[in-house]
Amino acid sequence: MRPFEPIVIVGAGHAGVQLAASLRQMGSDRAIALINDEPCLPYNRPPLSKEFLKSDADAKSICLRSEAFFRDNGIDLVAARVEQIDRNKCNVALSSGGSMTYGHLVFATGARRRALELPHGDHPNICYLRSVADGERIRRYLKVSRDIVVVGAGFIGLEFAATAAAQGLRVQIVELGKRFMGRAVSSPVSAHFESQHASLGSEFHFGRSVTSIVLDDGRLVGVTLDDGRGLSADLVVVGVGIVPNIELAASADLPTGNGIVVDDTLATCDPNVSAIGDCAIFASRRYGAPIRIEAVSNSVDQAKFLAGRLTGASGAYDAVPWFWSNQGQSKLQIAGLARDVDQVVVRGSVGEGTFSAFCYASGMLMAVESVSRPGDHVIARRLLAAGTVVRPDQAADVGFDLKACLAS
Amino acid sequence: MLRIRFIGIDGETAEVDAAEGASVMMAARDAGIRGIEAECGGALSCGTCHVYVAQAYQAMLPQASVEEQDMLELVAAEREAGSRLSCQISMTADLDGLTVRIPDSQT
Repeated sequence: MRPFEPIVIVGAGHAGVQLAASLRQMGSDRAIALINDEPCLPYNRPPLSKEFLKSDADAKSICLRSEAFFRDNGIDLVAARVEQIDRNKCNVALSSGGSMTYGHLVFATGARRRALELPHGDHPNICYLRSVADGERIRRYLKVSRDIVVVGAGFIGLEFAATAAAQGLRVQIVELGKRFMGRAVSSPVSAHFESQHASLGSEFHFGRSVTSIVLDDGRLVGVTLDDGRGLSADLVVVGVGIVPNIELAASADLPTGNGIVVDDTLATCDPNVSAIGDCAIFASRRYGAPIRIEAVSNSVDQAKFLAGRLTGASGAYDAVPWFWSNQGQSKLQIAGLARDVDQVVVRGSVGEGTFSAFCYASGMLMAVESVSRPGDHVIARRLLAAGTVVRPDQAADVGFDLKACLAS
Repeated sequence: MLRIRFIGIDGETAEVDAAEGASVMMAARDAGIRGIEAECGGALSCGTCHVYVAQAYQAMLPQASVEEQDMLELVAAEREAGSRLSCQISMTADLDGLTVRIPDSQT
């Protein structure tokens, strides 16, 4: 440790900003440099697929913290990209020409959108939703579009689809899998959201992929699916996942795979270097495997953990992952990770659209997916954190008091 | 501009401006008020923008929705009669001068 050199945080997304803020909250008086490669104040990403699209608000309206916050807390917000890292000299070279010595270096480099690899995939009317610039662009197109094709029925695609359909636009969703959010949620939850989106007027094409983009005199007019069917479209929004930004770490000879490899304290093999958030694949005690989680909550939780470690706390990172997605009138909240699930029990009313799916693996509760039942979600996070046993028959019985279970 | 008074963890009071229609959470975030985390950015999903509304203003606020009440069960600090999620309090002219206290902890 070089306690007098700054903590340099590469990336000013949710993870980087929270780390800087938590370090100060925990009393650290070390110099902090937060390196931001986007041309605006660090911002909140979730609204980009929802509220931000409905308003004319500027990027400032969704900023994570005000300019005054960074200034008053002595957090040096550096507008630059890190070009190179010299771990022997503990030095980073910036795109602005300068360089910086670090006492501790943190990768909070996040992830970038996976692109649609097709001819004309870079057409201006083929949009993604990752950055505020993406959001602003889609917002402009939404005002003049009529026919929208959404590629990918994951969280982002579906949140956008709900927003667009609510504005009265025709929305068609193309998904390679057989159901909505198939990699993330159980079947009852997929089915609920399918009916929600159907009631908004959206149409779906499951088990299909886009094989070509159709232009007419340079104008986007549609896409072709792998079964040969054509869908007309003047706007295509692609949400087919994200790729962790590991290249900078790899170029500094740090171990990388599906993320920057860190241990259960979020440290890389170099004790002066850590990684947090979407870019980090960490040794999870809870799941006994290396995992990488793409979520705001994970970014924030890992940032807080690391701030604790850098200010003297010990222990391993073991927070319960959680997620949320608001689509139309339905609110999805997930606690835990549904790994190897072999039994799903429903609590509440699927018909009324207020229920929770309790997901079990070999009788052990792994995850709880709540649809407009935030109370269940709240309790589920506590149950999972405490490792409390809730049997499937208890979970299914709405008369059974989960809270009492927690107290015992 | 409307005024909101935040009583911090250390007992110090900070007065901030808020536009009509802005949430108390947004005003706090913009002013860099400590102790309001608002991890989810106002999506009613995290329960980390908990405040205690001063008694004089409690009855002036619209009742908390069922969702907000459920989320209030999650808050880290003690839940009191004035407990609200600040992302759900929208500023109106009659709330000018609204006073809220920030809890010891949000997580």
